[in-house]
Amino acid sequence: MKFKKIFIYLAIACCNGTGDVLLKRGMDNLGEIHLNHWTHIFNAFIDPWIILGILFLAGFFYSYLTALSWADLTFVLPATAFGYVITAFLSRVFLHETVSAWRWAGVLLITCGVGLVARGPSLTERPAKDTAPGKDSAVGKDTALAGDSTIQKDSAHGKDAALAKDSALSRNKEQHELA
Amino acid sequence: MNSLKLWTAIGMLVLASSAGDVMLSAAMKRIGDLDLIRMEKGLLGVISRVISEKLFLLGLCCLIFSFFCLLTALSWGDASLVAPASASLTYICSAIMAKFLLHENVDRRRWLSAALVCVGVLLLVK
Repeated sequence: MKFKKIFIYLAIACCNGTGDVLLKRGMDNLGEIHLNHWTHIFNAFIDPWIILGILFLAGFFYSYLTALSWADLTFVLPATAFGYVITAFLSRVFLHETVSAWRWAGVLLITCGVGLVARGPSLTERPAKDTAPGKDSAVGKDTALAGDSTIQKDSAHGKDAALAKDSALSRNKEQHELA
Repeated sequence: MNSLKLWTAIGMLVLASSAGDVMLSAAMKRIGDLDLIRMEKGLLGVISRVISEKLFLLGLCCLIFSFFCLLTALSWGDASLVAPASASLTYICSAIMAKFLLHENVDRRRWLSAALVCVGVLLLVK
């Protein structure tokens, strides 16, 4: 499970960063797009750099969808932010853009944020679920649907929902401490 | 004028991509673990299962629109400015939407990391 998390984080970050830099390289070849000649943008699809960039972004999209199928959006998003760290490195080396000390400080902060969220639980515990997140993926679809309906019911009477949330929170904490 | 053009493109990009992200996340939770589906039915099985989910297609439309905004914005500014600027705003926007629309448990750890990433990304713009 731990390995799966790290692998998907790296795949998302690398593909995202590399894809963006390749796109920028391609758009440099293409030149500026003017609003009154906006159809010029379709020329982008015959530029080899852009095609390569799109391939990388397709790889990013597949790993992103896989991650979203077993983790929260707020867990997966920092991985995409980590892609911009890679963008900064590649822009420096490959596009020869200047990357100032401020930008390197930003890179450091993003890395801290990503590390923080990656160490936490990956999935919100739904009241209907009793097992740990990720371990019960065999029953994924059914539980997810059951979880949705429970939440709707819960939000009808707020007190129950708050209680359920509290217990889910403490359970999350316990699991983290165990881990 | 040029920077107004650039920030309008970035703003449209942010709204479209966070709406798309939230829809994709909801769609993928309905579909279930992609790794398991791939083991059972192969890559084609995964693709057909994902494409048959309407919410996924809707989210994809939002993301395609945001992709064209990204291409346009990239032609107007540096990659190391456009990418982080749109990312930081998308990140805040999506975290708020995930909290209220997807009812995700955005705990202290996640807010703290959101803050770190946002400040980091703001520094990238400097």
